[in-house]
Amino acid sequence: MKEKNWKEIPLGGLILEAGNAEEYETGSWRTYRPIRNEEKCTHCLLCWVYCPDSSIIVEEAKIKEFDYGHCKGCGICSAQCPVNAIEMVEETKFNSKKEGGE
Amino acid sequence: MGKILGLTGDEVAAEAMRQINPDVLPAYPITPQTEIVQKFSQFVADGLVSTEMVRVESEHSAMSACIGASASGARAMTATSANGLALMWEICYIAASYRLPIVMPLVNRALSGPINIHCDHSDSMGARDSGWIQLYSENCQEVYDNLIQAIRIAESEEVLLPAMVTLDGFIISHAMERVEILEDEEVKRFIGEYRNPHSLLDINNPVTYGPLDLYDYYFEHKRQQIEAMEKVGKVIEKVGKEFGEISGRSYDLMERYQLEGADLVIVAAGSTAGTVKTVVNQLREKGVKAGLLKIRAFRPFPTEEIVQVLKNAEAVAVLDRSVSFGAQGGPLFLEIRSALFEEKKRPPVVNYIYGLGGRDIGIEEIETVYKNLERIADSKKTEELVGYLGLRE
Ligand code: SF4
Ligand code: SF4
Repeated sequence: MKEKNWKEIPLGGLILEAGNAEEYETGSWRTYRPIRNEEKCTHCLLCWVYCPDSSIIVEEAKIKEFDYGHCKGCGICSAQCPVNAIEMVEETKFNSKKEGGE
Repeated sequence: MGKILGLTGDEVAAEAMRQINPDVLPAYPITPQTEIVQKFSQFVADGLVSTEMVRVESEHSAMSACIGASASGARAMTATSANGLALMWEICYIAASYRLPIVMPLVNRALSGPINIHCDHSDSMGARDSGWIQLYSENCQEVYDNLIQAIRIAESEEVLLPAMVTLDGFIISHAMERVEILEDEEVKRFIGEYRNPHSLLDINNPVTYGPLDLYDYYFEHKRQQIEAMEKVGKVIEKVGKEFGEISGRSYDLMERYQLEGADLVIVAAGSTAGTVKTVVNQLREKGVKAGLLKIRAFRPFPTEEIVQVLKNAEAVAVLDRSVSFGAQGGPLFLEIRSALFEEKKRPPVVNYIYGLGGRDIGIEEIETVYKNLERIADSKKTEELVGYLGLRE
């Protein structure tokens, strides 16, 4: 993306568009990846409530998957899961780059 | 027709603020600013303003609340002094960088320590790089006039920067003078309405204030601030003229007092300019070509205009009511001397630090300065670059 000069940008660092934080993929910041155990999970949705990055995708009141493109690996979901269904696994254990980040 | 009242600097600041009737006024009291907030809160209690007054727990919060209010489209004001300004320091920079036209009277007081509540300019001079417009006032009338004009200047579309209007602690803030007050309606018409094109409360046009701004764009945003500051001078002149049309008192970037053909010139800001004028009058009667350049706008600094009036003088003395420790001289001196650098023929410029912590300055001291200037003009030699007035050596 070509960066704009000082005459082309809104004053004061304002962002005049809503919801564009999504365009910024923060998944590459992650050092630990949350992995959910489908068998243990009771779909109580607490992790979905607590995730500060809205990175837990829910469909029809059931956890579907993590959005690894944005999940920063903070581990909050894992820490608060009442049945310990989420394990934080070191990123180096995965060699694929396609899931999350660059 | 307006009216003529006897008011102190603090009272007249509050009176101007009553007429401006800001939407939000968060404030925290500090000597010698306290009377402004005290008087204004009385206006709130008496229902004379529709302002939402927020009794915050510190100046840091006062400026933060101003930012929230201003970003939401409200006209926001506060007032402070010295250590209060120091406590809101961080937020002052943020107000300027978000381009929020907050207006604030600043009652000049020495910064601690040792603790002192009296006048000097160390507070405002310290904030000179914060991105705020600074207008200095000589007396109670100017406090009133400057505050009303500051609203128009700050909110002007090509500017959108916060502005502080200074008044010397106690010397102006607590001294009663005759002041001409405009009609409420006239002030209202003059300042118009504040319209923030990017209000946080405009849900149809959502906006984010204060996102992270790193090496990719921060520099560009600072360049925008520089550009805005460069445009302020013209706006100050325009608003000063228009204000003259409704009040009979027009304003410029500075006041040129007896500068026509003046050989010996003192540069000063604030109440001391009044004392200098008395001495200039006395000297002129004796045939000495003395003059005064009174600084009104210090930020932006009107370099061109100052060079024009100073370049033909024979000797110039800059009076600074604050110190820049370790620098070549006081802040005003540094600017003036540097402004003249490009001129082939330029007068010698000396500096006098005076009045720190409220130390009185009188006619005798100013006379000494003009005497020294006379000597410098005759001998073409500057013996001492920086001197101290009224200090026990
Ligand atoms: S908190 Fe644990 S049990 Fe509840 S939905 Fe999330 S993973 Fe499943
Ligand atoms: S690790 Fe943090 S960011 Fe990632 S899904 Fe869990 S709570 Fe959300």
